[in-house]
Amino acid sequence: MRNAFVKAVYEQAGKDDRVYLLNADIGAFVFDDFKRDFPKRCINLGVAEANMIGVAAGLALSGKVPFVCTIAPFVTMRCMEQIRVDMCLQNLNVNIVGVGAGLAYGVLGPTHHAIEDIAIMRALPNMTVISPGDPWEAYEAAKAAVRHEGPVYIRLAKSGEPSLVEHRHNAFQIGKGVTLREGKDATLIATGCMVKNALCVAQKLSCEGINLRVVNIHTIKPIDHDIILESARDTGTIFTMEEHSIIGGLGSAVAEVLAEESTEKVQFLRIGFKDTFCEVVGSREYLLAKHGLDVTSVSKMVANYIRGSSVQ
Amino acid sequence: MTLHLDKKPLEKDLIAVDLKKLAYRMRRQIIDMAVSAGGGHIAPALSAVEILISLYFRILRINPEDSQWPERDRFILSKGHGCCALYAVLAERGFFHRDVLKTYCQDGHAMGGHPEYNNIPGVEASTGSLGHGLSIAIGISLAAKNDGNTCRSFVLLGDGECNEGSVWEAAMAASQFQLDNLVAIIDYNKLLATGFIKDVMALEPFAMKWKAFGWEVREVNGHDINEVSRTLSEVPFVEKRPSVVIAHTVKGKGVSYMENNPIWHYRVPNKEELLRAYKELNEGLQSLT
Repeated sequence: MRNAFVKAVYEQAGKDDRVYLLNADIGAFVFDDFKRDFPKRCINLGVAEANMIGVAAGLALSGKVPFVCTIAPFVTMRCMEQIRVDMCLQNLNVNIVGVGAGLAYGVLGPTHHAIEDIAIMRALPNMTVISPGDPWEAYEAAKAAVRHEGPVYIRLAKSGEPSLVEHRHNAFQIGKGVTLREGKDATLIATGCMVKNALCVAQKLSCEGINLRVVNIHTIKPIDHDIILESARDTGTIFTMEEHSIIGGLGSAVAEVLAEESTEKVQFLRIGFKDTFCEVVGSREYLLAKHGLDVTSVSKMVANYIRGSSVQ
Repeated sequence: MTLHLDKKPLEKDLIAVDLKKLAYRMRRQIIDMAVSAGGGHIAPALSAVEILISLYFRILRINPEDSQWPERDRFILSKGHGCCALYAVLAERGFFHRDVLKTYCQDGHAMGGHPEYNNIPGVEASTGSLGHGLSIAIGISLAAKNDGNTCRSFVLLGDGECNEGSVWEAAMAASQFQLDNLVAIIDYNKLLATGFIKDVMALEPFAMKWKAFGWEVREVNGHDINEVSRTLSEVPFVEKRPSVVIAHTVKGKGVSYMENNPIWHYRVPNKEELLRAYKELNEGLQSLT
């Protein structure tokens, strides 16, 4: 995803001289092309995220469109107040790109995990929050962010993420969810890398006679109310899946829509990290399994939940 | 609310005595704003009056009738709590009518207890949380350099504000990028909200700190308009280096009982104290004529 984003920003910079790329001493070589071809617009601020956000705000006040890129927890939480005041209060065109969504930096430990970033960014007025599910969405999100007026947070995994589908039928649109698989028994609403897992869960459970709909929410704020309400109406059961805490992220955003707007009785379960840090070291796959977020664990949980509900 | 723009001509020809009179008038306006609002940072505004007069009447290349003129010099009040002084100088310089000062902290109006970008002509950035302004000015200065725009950025920081780590992140970056179109001014009034800075979180050796971060430093009496203006007219002090002016000031300057007394950081005078402040300012004004 990171390379797809870098490609998009490089292309946009070629077309639009307002586009800048700021980083805080990361991505040693991935920005090389940008740096070679647009040296004045590629600024490394060193290990100083708070200053980086302020500098980006100053560039935006001068009509530029900066992308600010570093590791997700550092670019959202270390400089949270600069984001709030300099970017959001002034409603400036600054695009934050956090690399390492969820547990992408698995073995580097909890300091490098980002499992609260969506909750924090979502709470800020004027902020748009995008969580692409694959490289194509990361590429499209970066393009869309250049055109979007106001601050944007884009949450990216790191590398090696598979494509969600082979052929795209829909254009990427901020705020618009996408139904990737039809189903009637329940809906899995997922974001980021969990969309792929949701598709795997649906595939697995179809063999057991459970027919799941899969909805990809790449924009968590503003969230697509219609697709959530329609899924609730059609399937009666909603699961949310995210590589994030169950507090404040996709699950909370969907719950807010359902609680306030759904006219149906809906069964609802959030799947994510249960208000905890990772207490042991491990790869992303190991840690996801340990927290019950791998395809096998989620499939069991979903199947048991659906069967339990139907018994009631 | 849309602020009314005063079509006042540029006042390039004001002589020194006029600017001294202006300082008394602004001090009165600052106190009146805070009193009518029932709250406000009077003393931190009083220490910055001569610095702002020097900037807005001697140094900044600005056009009050076109506050978005792309070539304008930018001024950011990073110590946003001193905003009554900024509002007063903007009104005096013709960015909006003096009557607008009466809306300070009034329900439903734009002019709040900290300045907000987009709401008030002449305010270049929203400040109020300390340690933000210098970084923003770096972004503006970088953009100007890249665009070949000759505008300069001036930032007024509080001394207490320099306790914030982000100020020093910015200080490092400004010299790294050789921003000689950036000028920091420190309102060094020696007081924090709770006491003397040397007792709470000392800055000294302050000039040496800035020098060590790659800035060219000058120190001035921050209440001497001629000295402040002369020094600021010499920026950049050195090519390819950011400039910093440490302005030695007195917190609460101009009202004897407020001077150098931390309790006046955020406090409004009672009726008796107010009359005393008026009397002192009037006497000062009379002494000029």
